[in-house]
Amino acid sequence: MKKEQLLDLYHQMVLIRRVEERGAELYQAGKIGGFMHLYIGQEAVSTGLIAARESRDRVITAYRDHGVALSCGISADQVMAELLGKATGMSKGKGGSMHMADVSKNMWGGHAIVGGHLPIAAGFAIGDQYAKNDNITICMFGDGATNIGYFHEALNLAKTWGLRVLWVCENNQYGMGTSVERASAVNEIRQKAEGYGMKNSQVDGMDVVKVYEAAKEAMDYVRKEGQPYFLEVDTYRFRGHSMGDPERYRKAEEVKQWQENDPIGIFNRQLLDKKTATKKALDEIEARVDEEVAKAVEFAESSPEPTMEDLYTDIYAD
Amino acid sequence: MAKITMREAISQALMEEMDRDPAVFIIGEEVGVWGGTYAVTKGFYDKYGPDRIKDTPIAENAIIGGAIGAAMVGQRPVAELMTINFAFSAMDYVVNQAAKLRYMFGGQFMLPLVIRAVGGGGRQLGATHSQTPDAVFAHFPGLKVVSPGTPEDAKGLLKSAIRSNDPILFIEHATMYQVRGEVPEGEYTIPIGKSKIQREGSDLTIVTYCKGLELSMKAADELAKEGIQAEIVDLRTLRPLDMEPVLESFKKTNRAIVVEEGWKSYGVGSEIVSRIYEEAFDYVDAPIIRVAQKEVPLPYNRTLEQAALPQVHDIVTAAKEVLK
Repeated sequence: MKKEQLLDLYHQMVLIRRVEERGAELYQAGKIGGFMHLYIGQEAVSTGLIAARESRDRVITAYRDHGVALSCGISADQVMAELLGKATGMSKGKGGSMHMADVSKNMWGGHAIVGGHLPIAAGFAIGDQYAKNDNITICMFGDGATNIGYFHEALNLAKTWGLRVLWVCENNQYGMGTSVERASAVNEIRQKAEGYGMKNSQVDGMDVVKVYEAAKEAMDYVRKEGQPYFLEVDTYRFRGHSMGDPERYRKAEEVKQWQENDPIGIFNRQLLDKKTATKKALDEIEARVDEEVAKAVEFAESSPEPTMEDLYTDIYAD
Repeated sequence: MAKITMREAISQALMEEMDRDPAVFIIGEEVGVWGGTYAVTKGFYDKYGPDRIKDTPIAENAIIGGAIGAAMVGQRPVAELMTINFAFSAMDYVVNQAAKLRYMFGGQFMLPLVIRAVGGGGRQLGATHSQTPDAVFAHFPGLKVVSPGTPEDAKGLLKSAIRSNDPILFIEHATMYQVRGEVPEGEYTIPIGKSKIQREGSDLTIVTYCKGLELSMKAADELAKEGIQAEIVDLRTLRPLDMEPVLESFKKTNRAIVVEEGWKSYGVGSEIVSRIYEEAFDYVDAPIIRVAQKEVPLPYNRTLEQAALPQVHDIVTAAKEVLK
């Protein structure tokens, strides 16, 4: 990757972190409702992964979606506006934290039924196969989603029909408060793909460059071979499952250990060690992010609420 | 006017729309090589090939979820559920995803999807294969639910459904594929969301749809022999519900019964009766009676099964009751 691209990834990761930190404050202040699941700790995954796609490739993910939305090029303004339920959000305030989408940027949501979006991802690939193009659908989900039936129906169909789906399991070690060992028959999630004869690999999700490289290789395979691929990404969420998680299921030392592997810290050191950027340059990026986030909050707070008419629009197209 | 069966009508609608629009494809269990469990798509596989007639694994979530995804990215899939009872396996896709994704994402895309599902009892298939759960699906805003009672309507409504840009559950009745009826020659469509007077009369209004229409038409013949003229309003679409012809008829007759094959509690009849009371209370001359399935899971035994399903004589009895 070129220097500019690397710095862009750094910018993106810091932006995700800061948007969510501000989001958490606004949630505590009662300005954001519903459930909110933070991506903090997992920034390298969406950043590295989506950097490897072409703009025509579709992205679909679960409800921990703010980072994915930003990685797809949705502005911090719009993400913040949707969090605040404003008319200027991508979904006009009808979706909220768990349902971020902008199909013009090929970001197809934010889906909150665990595993529910996997057959839909297969459906995107059915549509693309039917249209005889070689677009890829990148479908992200957590380790918890691999234990539900949808997952198995979707993987089976994808392999049987040769669908161009890159299945990306973000293994953050817990499905809500239940660890992988307590919920999954195999601890190495990618073994499940073996059962469907699907090519697969595993990558360190705390290193953005490694994620990018693994994703690039996987996407080349999917596009060229017209076959699905299963990529397991090892990662960790530094915050609770959602806001208001008492975190009785994991020990503080464990969290601390992972936090020492902060993906932003790792990338920061890499950029400095390889002299890709100076400390000053990285500080400038962080300062720029702070401005962007402040502006996004201002944009969201000053944006209009949806109207009562909006309550009844978008139910049907006809 | 040609006289054809319900099966032929549905088959013709599918074929005409596939010929008209290359974005239309069929996806489901045994729709292709087998020719359709109810032989509706017989010959389609040879004509259109495996790309457009997609035989799936037995995996309802993959079928409906896959069809939803393909619809979101611009195709116009017609997904077939071998029976509506299997919709429960894919309930998330029918009521959670198809019905809500457009709204939840602020109208960013359309979801032009038809789910054809075969429902109904009377074939001795036991409790889990014999249900008429139409009201369950009609409960959800975002979904449209169509259930025709004649070949003419089946063909015209299915063609409209395939051309519609919204998710539509199209419910057919397993015992009605051989029902014959007149169908207009040539190209025609029938709008979704319009009820229709299928028989005119002045003494009472029978509100019904699908299998209930077949039974009600027979009951009306019986009643006519005794000098009672029943007017039959066929809902055809359960959501969005067109109450205009129902209310118009009721304001004329002031007496009504509602006939449906599903269970009485929380059913289509309950909705119709409420709406009449809410919107035409001043015209009510007698309590409205619901004719529906007995509140039991359907048994295998033929006599017991028939006893649980609404019959022509139940409709005749109810009609006389509201006229007392």
